[in-house]
Amino acid sequence: MRIELQRRSQSSRLFSFVSPLLALVLTLFFGGIMFWMLGKQPLDALYSFFVEPLLEVWSLHELAVKAAPLILIGVGLSICYRSNNWNIGAEGQFTIGAITGSILPVLYPEWHSPMILPLMLVMGMVGGALYAGIPALLKTRFNTNEILTSLMLVYIAQLYLDWLVRGPWRDPQGYNFPQTKSFVPEAVLPEILESGRAHLAIAFALVAAVALWFMMRFMLKGFEVTVLGQSERAGRFAGFSARRMVWFSMMLSGALAGLAGISEVSGSIGHVQPTISPGYGFTAIIVAFLGRLNPLGIIASGFVLALTYLGGEAAQLSIGISDKVSRVFQGLLLFFVLSCDTLIHYRIRIVTQKLRGGAAHHA
Amino acid sequence: MKKLIIALAATAALLGGITGGAQAQDKTKICFIYVGSKTDGGWTQAHDIGRQALQEHFGDKIETPFLENVPEGPDAERAIERMARSGCAMVFTTSFGFMDATVKVAQKFPDVKFEHATGFKAAENLATYNSRFYEGRYIQGQIAAKMSKKGVAGYIASFPIPEVVMGINAFLLGAQSVNPDFELKVVWANTWFDPGKEADAAKALIDQGVDILTQHTDTTAPMQVAAERGILAFGQASDMIAAGPNTQLTAIVDTWGAYYIKRVQALLDGNWKSEQIWDGLKDGILTMAPYTNMPDDVKAMAEETEAKIKSGELHPFTGPVNKQDGTQWLAEGEKADDGALLGMNFYVEGVDDKLPQ
Amino acid sequence: MLEAILLTVITAATPLVIAALGELVTERSGVLNLGVEGMMIMGAVVAFVATQTTGSPYIGVVAGITAGAAFSLLFGFLTLTLVANQVATGLALTILGLGLSGQIGESYVGQPGIKLQPINIPILGDIPFLGPLLFRQDLIFYLSIALVIGIHWFLFRSRTGLKMRAIGDNHSSAHALGINVIRTRYLAVMFGGACSGLAGAQLSLVYTPQWVENMAAGRGWIALALVVFASWRPLRVLAGGYLFGAVTIGQLHAQAFGIGIPSQFLSALPYVATIVVLIIISHNRRTTLINTPASLGKPFVPER
Repeated sequence: MRIELQRRSQSSRLFSFVSPLLALVLTLFFGGIMFWMLGKQPLDALYSFFVEPLLEVWSLHELAVKAAPLILIGVGLSICYRSNNWNIGAEGQFTIGAITGSILPVLYPEWHSPMILPLMLVMGMVGGALYAGIPALLKTRFNTNEILTSLMLVYIAQLYLDWLVRGPWRDPQGYNFPQTKSFVPEAVLPEILESGRAHLAIAFALVAAVALWFMMRFMLKGFEVTVLGQSERAGRFAGFSARRMVWFSMMLSGALAGLAGISEVSGSIGHVQPTISPGYGFTAIIVAFLGRLNPLGIIASGFVLALTYLGGEAAQLSIGISDKVSRVFQGLLLFFVLSCDTLIHYRIRIVTQKLRGGAAHHA
Repeated sequence: MKKLIIALAATAALLGGITGGAQAQDKTKICFIYVGSKTDGGWTQAHDIGRQALQEHFGDKIETPFLENVPEGPDAERAIERMARSGCAMVFTTSFGFMDATVKVAQKFPDVKFEHATGFKAAENLATYNSRFYEGRYIQGQIAAKMSKKGVAGYIASFPIPEVVMGINAFLLGAQSVNPDFELKVVWANTWFDPGKEADAAKALIDQGVDILTQHTDTTAPMQVAAERGILAFGQASDMIAAGPNTQLTAIVDTWGAYYIKRVQALLDGNWKSEQIWDGLKDGILTMAPYTNMPDDVKAMAEETEAKIKSGELHPFTGPVNKQDGTQWLAEGEKADDGALLGMNFYVEGVDDKLPQ
Repeated sequence: MLEAILLTVITAATPLVIAALGELVTERSGVLNLGVEGMMIMGAVVAFVATQTTGSPYIGVVAGITAGAAFSLLFGFLTLTLVANQVATGLALTILGLGLSGQIGESYVGQPGIKLQPINIPILGDIPFLGPLLFRQDLIFYLSIALVIGIHWFLFRSRTGLKMRAIGDNHSSAHALGINVIRTRYLAVMFGGACSGLAGAQLSLVYTPQWVENMAAGRGWIALALVVFASWRPLRVLAGGYLFGAVTIGQLHAQAFGIGIPSQFLSALPYVATIVVLIIISHNRRTTLINTPASLGKPFVPER
């Protein structure tokens, strides 16, 4: 028996909708089996994973807080990946964005002005974009592989942040502990509603996603991204420059990652500290693929991923499932999504071969 | 796919029984937030052992749910809030990085008691607690000075926060009280937890000629290296004798259980109040692992010092003590106050390293 | 002292070299597997558990290799049979590996492990200086050297190696010539997995004989960088791996000497070094083009 693929002449519209659902069902099924083997009631476990976090208002706010950076970074990355630029260093751009965005509130803590917040956001975006510009420069100028350079830059950014908050940026009144002064109220990203912690970052994320969806769908630039991503040669014939696209996509995704970074620091944390991200930049890669590189899909996948984190916590508390299980669960989800996507572009046939004389080699 | 299922089945078999279970409403919920995995073999595991001791002590009267691997940042605030909302009467947040998150949640839930480990921000319903690890390090320093033939020890440090700097200074002051010329080499691993890196740091120190090793990182890797190279070493956070039966001199063992029991008792009795607690050897919040692999006279000295610290007769930071640059820090007979210790950001005289600033 | 330091460097470099060699073969066949970290950590945990259960680190080594290879099949199935995106699948493999290994090893944390003992090669082991460095090492070190030579021979001297490189350079023409692209790639992916598993076994049996969660600590990613650093040539992987090990160990010694540079900057050195070397080697377009597998990362579906 073997599996054979046949390319569809046109990607299947039906399976574009069915495949993510199929992936979700498979994940739930195998997740259920996993919980059962761990000695838990599968339905209870799935309930606390996927339903419990949605039942309370505060928890919905938390979902938005968690999803915002994932969506912001994810939509930026989708443009990169669609244009065949493999930026996997969003975590570093997030970190640098958080640093450059925090320059004003950390170094001028006395400055109370409504201008400070917009400036911080812009500086965060610029910082992220410039940091993503390094692998772009190296790729266009020296032909260096951006997967590796952007990844190495993540470690460098984190060590730089570490040095800053333990050294020059350390709060002098903070008993020498590694964090900066708390931001002044004017420098804190405001919350949207009274009822919880969700702040403006989620609004930025939604706006960015819709804007990029519009660009990809209706603007020449979007067409350029797609064409260059599919074939650099075809793009050249159409008069597009692959080199400029490297810069455009990398700096765009860098800027969005930087915006996510400063929003997180300003809206959710309120000061700078050595750990500001639980790996958003890497998780966002999954989010981007889970949303099948479509900005609107990424909104959905950002919330789904955020839900698995919250659900993982809820399940730890209510039924005592280890936190490692949630990571296995996320891995499973991604695997199924990636495999089910095959259905969109290919027909799958299972070919059973008769082996030598048709003997019953397989049951 | 089949492989994966098999792997999962194996996993399930290995995991065995996790206590989950029914929750009776009359039990008091005492909750814990961990920064690492409860089986990290170091910091978090020590807290989890404390939690288990607490559960065992009070039995059916309490339950002790916990969340592990909670990252320091916005996730911490959510995790703590989840605890508060789930009906916890008391929440222990066991990492320095949870400080501001704990403060914020404590404001929102005035009826829940919070206790934050190693921080400095308190409130009406938020106490802080910490352990005087430096007392143990002073004893270690004395032992090191007695046992070292070369008169130089190696110190694997994690991050230059006051806690760690204080430990380095206490170790050296202990050593100098025996041998005034004792030297200390420091390597910053910039991690709490990376066995490979800690092992490399240990090897580097040994290759530079130290013959005693101590660590302020959490894995047993340095102990293993010391055992392999045939030098002596001290354990950290838990008794690491299994990793070096002929190597470990003693270890500072975090025994949070004693503290947790004391505080929960106060809560149940209705006389809990917010305090900034900094307990030491005498309170049982830290203990010294058995003194092994040393002659009796060294052991006697260590035990005597331990007793003196417990009785309050000896304070490790007692003048005269000079800073690394030679200027005076503590005058003859002067004892450092807690504030100065908690914000310590300088070396005492004799450390062969420049403190990262 | 130099001898002792070099020994440390070799221990630190060996897992990087082995994992990078495996990935090199995978990439030469045209497949980019970013899941090295995940396969490595699976190798580490399975090797440790097998050793603790059976008492023999040699069984542990075999178990680690098997685990790495088996885990890589998951990647192979998705990317080769189902033509899923290789970058995303590789990342997923790493995430899954980190979670799964944490679960498998949960009850083994903190147990003192059994170290894979050095094998002293008679006569050669007695050579001053070089003897202890090269001939009084453990099995995995000897394997790493054998792999370098073997893979070099395989790629550039054997027919099968030539065929494999042909697939990596242009899978369509290789297919037209009657080479079985998918099968060869499956084997290359599994070889890469086996090497990552072996590298993992080195971590939990030689480097630090114990199991703790996430103990690969990013070494899989360094191995990936090493492949490019070495411009897909095995001998350069060896040189690059040792250089990398030397920088890592060197910064610790620099600290112990008491030079006043912030340790974060020293810790960042290996990463900066990788970027610089990447620039230097990719700057020369001609060498890059000769060695880079042209169809790296591109999916292949046989036409019928």
